[in-house]
Amino acid sequence: MIQVRLHRKYPDFALDVDLHLPGRGVTALYGHSGSGKTTCLRCIAGLERAEHGFIQVNDEVWQDSRNGLFVPPHKRALGYVFQEASLFPHLSVQANLEFGLKRIPRSARRVDMDQATQLLGIGHLLERNPGHLSGGERQRIGIARALLTSPKLLLMDEPLAALDSQRKGEILPYLERLHDELDIPLLYVSHAQDEVARLADHIVLLSDGKALASGPIGETLARLDLPLARGDDAGVVIHGTVSAYDAAYQLLTLQLPDSTLHMRVAHAPLVPGRALRVKVQARDVSLSLQAQEHSSILNRLPVTVTEQIPADNSAHVLVRLDAGGTPLLARITRYSRDQLQLHPGQTLWAQIKAVAVLA
Amino acid sequence: MKIHAPRLAVLVAALAFGSAQADEVQVAVAANFTAPIQAIAADFEKDTGHTLVASYGATGQFYTQIKNGAPFEVFLSADDTTAQKLENEGDTLKGSRFTYAVGTLALWSAKDGYVDAKGEVLKENQFKHLSIANPKAAPYGLAATQVLAKQGLTEQVKHKLVEGQNITQAYQFVSTGNAELGFVALSQIYKDGKVTHGSAWIVPASLHDPIKQDAVILKKGKDSAAAKALVDYLKGPKAATVIKSYGYEL
Amino acid sequence: MPLSSADFSAIWLTLKLASLTTVILLVIGTPIALWLSRTRSWWRGPIGAVVALPLVLPPTVIGFYLLLTMGPHGYVGQFTQWLGLGTLTFSFAGLVIGSVIYSMPFVVQPLQNAFSAIGTRPLEVAATLRANPWDTFFTVILPLARPGFITASILGFAHTVGEFGVVLMIGGNIPDKTRVVSVQIYDHVEAMEYAQAHWLAGAMVVFAFVVLLALYSGRKTRMGWS
Repeated sequence: MIQVRLHRKYPDFALDVDLHLPGRGVTALYGHSGSGKTTCLRCIAGLERAEHGFIQVNDEVWQDSRNGLFVPPHKRALGYVFQEASLFPHLSVQANLEFGLKRIPRSARRVDMDQATQLLGIGHLLERNPGHLSGGERQRIGIARALLTSPKLLLMDEPLAALDSQRKGEILPYLERLHDELDIPLLYVSHAQDEVARLADHIVLLSDGKALASGPIGETLARLDLPLARGDDAGVVIHGTVSAYDAAYQLLTLQLPDSTLHMRVAHAPLVPGRALRVKVQARDVSLSLQAQEHSSILNRLPVTVTEQIPADNSAHVLVRLDAGGTPLLARITRYSRDQLQLHPGQTLWAQIKAVAVLA
Repeated sequence: MKIHAPRLAVLVAALAFGSAQADEVQVAVAANFTAPIQAIAADFEKDTGHTLVASYGATGQFYTQIKNGAPFEVFLSADDTTAQKLENEGDTLKGSRFTYAVGTLALWSAKDGYVDAKGEVLKENQFKHLSIANPKAAPYGLAATQVLAKQGLTEQVKHKLVEGQNITQAYQFVSTGNAELGFVALSQIYKDGKVTHGSAWIVPASLHDPIKQDAVILKKGKDSAAAKALVDYLKGPKAATVIKSYGYEL
Repeated sequence: MPLSSADFSAIWLTLKLASLTTVILLVIGTPIALWLSRTRSWWRGPIGAVVALPLVLPPTVIGFYLLLTMGPHGYVGQFTQWLGLGTLTFSFAGLVIGSVIYSMPFVVQPLQNAFSAIGTRPLEVAATLRANPWDTFFTVILPLARPGFITASILGFAHTVGEFGVVLMIGGNIPDKTRVVSVQIYDHVEAMEYAQAHWLAGAMVVFAFVVLLALYSGRKTRMGWS
């Protein structure tokens, strides 16, 4: 359990949040620039000091302003990854990695050099000078350096924002591996919904210094009352379980949580029983009153309409659906809505192209 | 065109006289003579109409500056050797050298009663710093070392000597209390026949070579009426009275 | 040999003074520079101006005030007398104090520039890697500011060697204690010993040239912050 209560005033801005976050997995602090997400992260790290604040990470209290407690950042068991890798230019890659490691008592080390370099694929860079690395390489070293302090909480401040999309794609798999292989809670600041959808288990939506919402990623992305759903790349994240794999067509069958419903996804082979998260974008979901048997669209799910709202584009509407307990979003035209005479409680079919599902 | 010779003569005379009236004389003055020359300058300017522009400093420094083209017309040296050297080297108006004052050395302290009338305080050796002017460059400094030698105190005070670059600085060390006592020019502490403040021993002239202070007209001043007027004035009775009142001999 | 033993002892004294002054200035100048480069306090302006004063004040002004304050009637003088140290004028210690004040901006300013150039990010990174502030100072700030320290040392040393006015005002020209090279040259000139003055003065010119040459050609482009 991570508890973060912060109040910090600036001349033209105030951060005022009270968050209860899961003590494991990835929590995204999501919001536009200026929403206060980086300030929030810096306060948690102790790099900035909120006048009023209470910060507890699992069993450790880092700040309790009522009792005058403020643990300085170097005494907090955290790892911090900055937007720019911020490697020390006077040290080699190896020495950068060892900088934090050396300062951790041997008995408290839970991540070792081999593990960190392997996890981030940087073993071949150790002798190099930080000046001669690509942005992606630098950022992976920055992440490994933070990991080597064996943190009880990992904080990342838009670690991919300074990279182009190719480099981003190069790092995201490493971040997913972190998520899968290490049991370290991660707070991840981002304003990119695709990163959040791919990595986060929990999301905090920040706007103007306040938390608009905080909840599990699947539920929260599907909430129509939040600005999240109105965006062009709105969608939901589904945590499914692999139930079969068709090697001939390279199609994977995914069982929706707590349901007998299935989806098929174009994907590399995975063994049955494995968990897989997929993102289904609202614009990739179409609606039909009957099951369309003769179609190239592989996924047809029986759903119930729960709610609908106007989208950011006045020709569109957003419809929230329930697929056997899993929420889905569909972005359709206002014209289609009227043709189908959509209303809450109505049952119909949601169609999703297998190639549009992002895994 | 006809020229009226008499009128022209009047005009030339007027111009010559006028320019003589407005003449300025640049004087290099040994630091110890600062106070007297200021007193003399006022009378001199009133009596002759010339303006006196004085620079004060160490004699050795003036020598170097004069050799290197400084615009001084008259030099009031703190000794006789420097003036003579300039004369030998052809930097002066021949025959202009004369002794304008003979300096008197004083052992002085800013504290009342610190220096006794016989200078016994030197032998008692209770002080930490004895200030003198740089003996290599300043004649009062040289005279001070002669006094110490004559009294057999050279070794005893060797480690207590602090040197000012000129007699002004030697005085400054004492007046600020950084040195308890020091050898200064009597002219620095003397006015109207008595020591103005602190306590002093007026060192008998027999204890050191006479501090003959010579003046010369420099080459730059050889055609200057003002320079000549100043030298004449210094030799005159009015200046003599002022000079003596500062403790110099003549 | 063109230089006398008095000249050599002046040179030795000068080197001793400049070295000691530089070491002291690095020790006290570093925290001042660090503070000036980091603080947002109102005092930053006034303190920065005081440190820079010797850049614009004639040395005689500094020397004059030192003569008064370190003298028996000055605050510093009364304090040192109370401590049983006597007064500091006409002493090597006094010259060191004068030189420290006089050369202060030449050490503090390059250091301040170096610290400012580092910025706050490396310090934050070090903190999140469990380095306490002292640790950070020695393992991050010092190495990153090394070019600034080199410049500061060279300038502080060279400027102290070139000091004249302050020494003249408070030194008393005592051999082996306060008669440094610049004063010795002045003495030679005043005593019309031009040959000796030439040797020493020429040596100073060569020294200054070598120092500046080292400074300008040694000024490599600093490693960028990645």
